Amino acid sequence: MNRHSFLESTIQGFTRAVSKALQSEHAASQPGLLQQLDPRVRVIGILTLVVSVVICRRLEAIAAILLVAIAIAFAARVSLASLAKRVWLVVLGFTAVIALPALFITPGEPLFTAPALHLSISVQGMRTAVLLVLRVETAATLTTVLVLSTSWTQILKALRSLHLPAEIVTMLAMTHRYVFLLIETANQMFESRRSRTVGVLSGSERRKTTARTAGVLLSKSIELSQEVYLAMLSRGFRGDVRLLTDFRLKPRDYVGLTAFLFTGCLAVWMGR
Amino acid sequence: MGEENPVEIDEIMHIPDGYLSPSTCATLYLFAASGWYASLKRIKQLLATRAIPLISVFAAFSFVVMMFNVPLPGGTTGHAVGVGVAAIVLGPWGSILAISIALAIQALFFGDGGITTLGANCFNMAIVGSFTAYVVYRTIAANSNLRSRQRVLAAAVAGYVAINASALVTAVELGIQPMLFHDASGTPLYAPYPLHVAIPAMMIGHLTFAGLAEAVISAGMVSYLQRADLGLLRGVSGLVPPPGTIIPGTIIPGASPEPSRGRLWWAVALLMLFTPLGILAAGTAWGEWSSADLMNPHTREQIAAASGNHAPPSSVPVGIEKLSNLWTAPFPGYAPRFIRNPAFGYLLSAMFGVGFLVLASLLARALGRKWQRGSLRS
Repeated sequence: MNRHSFLESTIQGFTRAVSKALQSEHAASQPGLLQQLDPRVRVIGILTLVVSVVICRRLEAIAAILLVAIAIAFAARVSLASLAKRVWLVVLGFTAVIALPALFITPGEPLFTAPALHLSISVQGMRTAVLLVLRVETAATLTTVLVLSTSWTQILKALRSLHLPAEIVTMLAMTHRYVFLLIETANQMFESRRSRTVGVLSGSERRKTTARTAGVLLSKSIELSQEVYLAMLSRGFRGDVRLLTDFRLKPRDYVGLTAFLFTGCLAVWMGR
Repeated sequence: MGEENPVEIDEIMHIPDGYLSPSTCATLYLFAASGWYASLKRIKQLLATRAIPLISVFAAFSFVVMMFNVPLPGGTTGHAVGVGVAAIVLGPWGSILAISIALAIQALFFGDGGITTLGANCFNMAIVGSFTAYVVYRTIAANSNLRSRQRVLAAAVAGYVAINASALVTAVELGIQPMLFHDASGTPLYAPYPLHVAIPAMMIGHLTFAGLAEAVISAGMVSYLQRADLGLLRGVSGLVPPPGTIIPGTIIPGASPEPSRGRLWWAVALLMLFTPLGILAAGTAWGEWSSADLMNPHTREQIAAASGNHAPPSSVPVGIEKLSNLWTAPFPGYAPRFIRNPAFGYLLSAMFGVGFLVLASLLARALGRKWQRGSLRS
């Protein structure tokens, strides 16, 4: 193992998170067909489809929703290459590995037997593995299309209009804001530590470095929260949260919402 | 979930959409929502207007700490959830909110971790994790000095146990899927592995890497705070009671613990949830044999095996036969006849049974009060 790899990999993780967030913001501002719909319709519509994927019990119905999800991605101008890289390969690499042993250990009628290895794949095992992978792929595709087509502020406003408590919505908004500030702070701490590290750190030294950095970040976070609190008080905050919800549904939003709900219900009916 | 993920926290514990059935997701959303409601109420009581900025910034901190690569003995690295430190600094209620919000941002903003399974993930990591970490930390730290090594040890054990408790609950949720949700041909519809595969598969990774990463981060941070920012170990302005106070329900040496009703309800709820596990136990429940069991050659073998190879009497004892006709339970075999699924029947019977007992005890208490008032008046 590289002597600094724990520093490097954490720094790389931070960079990936920030670049992923920037990619989402960029995609959300594209003039796609999906982006023209009211954010509430997008959030409710795509969540309906995700729920219907989970409810469906037949492969064909889930595959049909996957096709719909790809069509929605087209409408949102999300490239298939980025979906493949960000979702499909990642899910394959994770869920397919988890599903693989199910082929052999799920009891049922044998589909294929390798006598030399004393292994047999059951019909039920094959079906459950494909079902799991397809379901996870489809749900992840839908979620990613939503995340890539809707900015965070729009998602929050949609959640608020769905009657999520105002305090929770405010906390989600504030957390999101400070995540990037704290990523930046932690990144700087790791980079400065790396620049000052000469020679090989022992295992316990590495662990201490990580824990101390986390400790400093914690102290800074608590101080930051006090400053934010004072800033809020000075602007007249008294504990009540009011949020603006200025969305108005246009005729095309109603069409979009109906299409989403109809597709979701149809899929559930087909896949029952 | 691989290279592309910004937040590579312990992957399997972070259940994606599609692994859990809709009814499991709904039940766990309900559990998580009651946890969120209770913590929000509690935190607003304790902190008033300071709650929102403190929990928000702490959630952001938790999110970032989940991205740290923690070096482990043997040259590998792991990721921590940070639930140990959150529970020590904020107390269980604040920790539930902070970790849940960090998980929600991962799911809703980064698309990592499921949306239908967000309730399950929050229940496992935020609720089970926070309470376990808090109780273990307070129990081991007891009345020790804030700067003592005992507190560092307490933090390490709290982090380790909390992550493993969360992993166990996750494994149980995944493991009951094939038993409860399969089609007519026996194909599991969601997570495909039964409990006897899911539990060892989950626990091996957590008893080693993930648990160790959490222990390293919790102990390291407490040890750092002891030297640099002792105030945070006292808790954030009243969120955590000062050291030396007795927390209802925790076992502190030399003090008699006061049982708390809230914790009792939690325990009852958990026990009800785990009743279907009884189905998986091998053999028969000792002493709970019916007269039919005593006559059946197969169950007779099981009875003998469970009784240290003492064969049961060859005929049904007269007393058992006479009494067995006296009473037919409303839920014979713990499950109504119209419910085919034994696990569901178990759960329903548990809920019915607990509901009946609660109702009976409430009635008894009301009658007792009335009687007390009557005797006071006279």
